Amino acid sequence: MIHRLIVENLKHRPVRTLLSAVAIGVQVTMILTLVGVSNGVLGDIAERSRGTGADVMVRPPGSSVLAFSGNMPQGVVGLVGKQPHVALATGTLVQSIGNFDSITGINLNEFNAMSGGLHYINGGPFTGPDDLIVDDTYANPHHLKSGDTLDLGLKWRVSGVVESGKLSHMFAPIESLQDKYSAREKVSMVYVKLDDRANTEAVMTALKARLEDYKIFSVDEFVSLISVDSIPILKRFTNVVIGLAVIVGFLVVFLSMYTAVLERTREIGILKALGASPGYIMSILLRETLVLAVAGAIAGILMSYGTRWIMKVFVPTMPMLIVYSWWPWAVIIALSGSLIGAIYPGLKASRQDAIEALAYD
Amino acid sequence: MIEIRDLKKTYRVGEVDVHALRGVNLSVAKGEFLSVVGPSGSGKSTLFHILGGLAPATSGSAKIDGRDLASMTDAERTDLRKAKVGFVFQKYNLLPTLSAADNIEIARDIAGKNGERDPQTDAQFEQILDLLGIKTRLHHKPRALSGGEQQRVAIARALVNSPALLLADEPTGNLDTENSTAVLTLLRDLNVRLGQTILMITHNPEAAAYGHRTVRMLDGRVVE
Ligand SMILES: Nc1ncnc2c1ncn2[C@@H]1O[C@H](COP(=O)(O)OP(=O)(O)OP(=O)(O)O)[C@@H](O)[C@H]1O
Ligand SMILES: [Mg+2]
Repeated sequence: MIHRLIVENLKHRPVRTLLSAVAIGVQVTMILTLVGVSNGVLGDIAERSRGTGADVMVRPPGSSVLAFSGNMPQGVVGLVGKQPHVALATGTLVQSIGNFDSITGINLNEFNAMSGGLHYINGGPFTGPDDLIVDDTYANPHHLKSGDTLDLGLKWRVSGVVESGKLSHMFAPIESLQDKYSAREKVSMVYVKLDDRANTEAVMTALKARLEDYKIFSVDEFVSLISVDSIPILKRFTNVVIGLAVIVGFLVVFLSMYTAVLERTREIGILKALGASPGYIMSILLRETLVLAVAGAIAGILMSYGTRWIMKVFVPTMPMLIVYSWWPWAVIIALSGSLIGAIYPGLKASRQDAIEALAYD
Repeated sequence: MIEIRDLKKTYRVGEVDVHALRGVNLSVAKGEFLSVVGPSGSGKSTLFHILGGLAPATSGSAKIDGRDLASMTDAERTDLRKAKVGFVFQKYNLLPTLSAADNIEIARDIAGKNGERDPQTDAQFEQILDLLGIKTRLHHKPRALSGGEQQRVAIARALVNSPALLLADEPTGNLDTENSTAVLTLLRDLNVRLGQTILMITHNPEAAAYGHRTVRMLDGRVVE
């Protein structure tokens, strides 16, 4: 019976109910989008690192996992290549061009040997120093095909479009990238392929002895490091957004329920005259809030599919995942802010004087 | 059934004491239909609120079925409203978002009488609904009902938990003659056929005549 009262109350002010639920939902979407993009982008990086076919990676001293620039002398590539069990070592140069995009300079033959080759959708390998290979993730939204020119600060000609999944969205010949960006004889990363993966530990130990202070990871290690947990700033940022979501949920429900209590003064008086205890009145408000919060959480989850679509269309290089394991958290976050917001209006309602509420004017 | 002795109620409004009741003495027998009249501000509603457990008295005693209301805690007064007393007010009686049937049902729910339903009480309530003549209107929301119909639903709701006492504060104050007559006839029928004890406040001498007895209040006292 009390359920019917709650449903009718919510239906009585459909716009307020809808807006409250949507406002809660927006908070939920915000969290799910942030988490989804974090996981999507990191997962994408991990996948593309595996796509190189390398077993071991060497980064310059002092570099961190996800800062891809930062350079070391090209000589390191040769040194690494001479180690026992190393089948192939190839250097790459990562040049950021803003907007979270970057061009990776590669030695195409070595990279093909290591990764099993790029798969061309159209066009083909570099033929000149201004040539650029882009993957379909980048090419499709920018409507690029081979032969097109592309202005990325410097002018490039697209020599080919390849399937995505290997290392980068954009490749240039490493020498010309070094020239154009004044990084002659510099590389950002050395990818190492071994004669046998079983030798990974041994090779890493040997490399660490030779290249003191350099960062040396196995690809498995590197992939496991690429997670939200290993990026403190991202974790903190996520927590800030969760905190904001709880606060906004609190404010939305507080205002919504407060106005509901004010306009229901008389009804609360009637319920009290019928013998409703303060707890009964409180429970009506809390259950209404519960419905709002759950509806908001569901709306938020549905809207996160919308933001995924938006990301896919407008920022395809930052893929967003639907992270199901966060759905329960989304509901909990929506509930906690909302229920806290309902406490004060609920107390006000439950303490309201029935006689004053029933004053006849 | 009701024994009121030297009942006083003082409201404090800012710095000023408002003596709403200045020593009320009144006895009401079980099964009686009592009309209470008196000028505005004489304390009629205040007396009802105390009897119904909506407000505590300042001093004196008021007993219903031998239980003194003055010594009750808030929780006990809540229980009193649930079980012993039914209220009918002048207007704004019904919850606007619920149908008439649900308005009655929620009173049952509040009293916690949804689970265990006793057939005898149910049969009696059926009889009340018959007397009220609102059976065909029960699925409507209050705004679709006439004032008289709303008031009859309110009476049905006040009686759904078989209270010992029905307190009606100007139940016909907002009704036209025809609807007033219907509601008053109904109250008298409830009293005659079911022995319901009723206290009714009214400004109208004709309405008061429906009761067995009329008491007059003046300046916070019963002057008979
Ligand atoms: N909550 C309150 N706070 C302060 N004073 C009150 C309150 N309720 C009633 N009073 C005062 O107590 C006195 C008695 O009021 P009460 O409502 O009992 O009169 P009444 O006989 O029912 O009048 P009416 O016929 O107009 O309904 C009045 O002077 C009124 O102003
Ligand atoms: Mg009054």
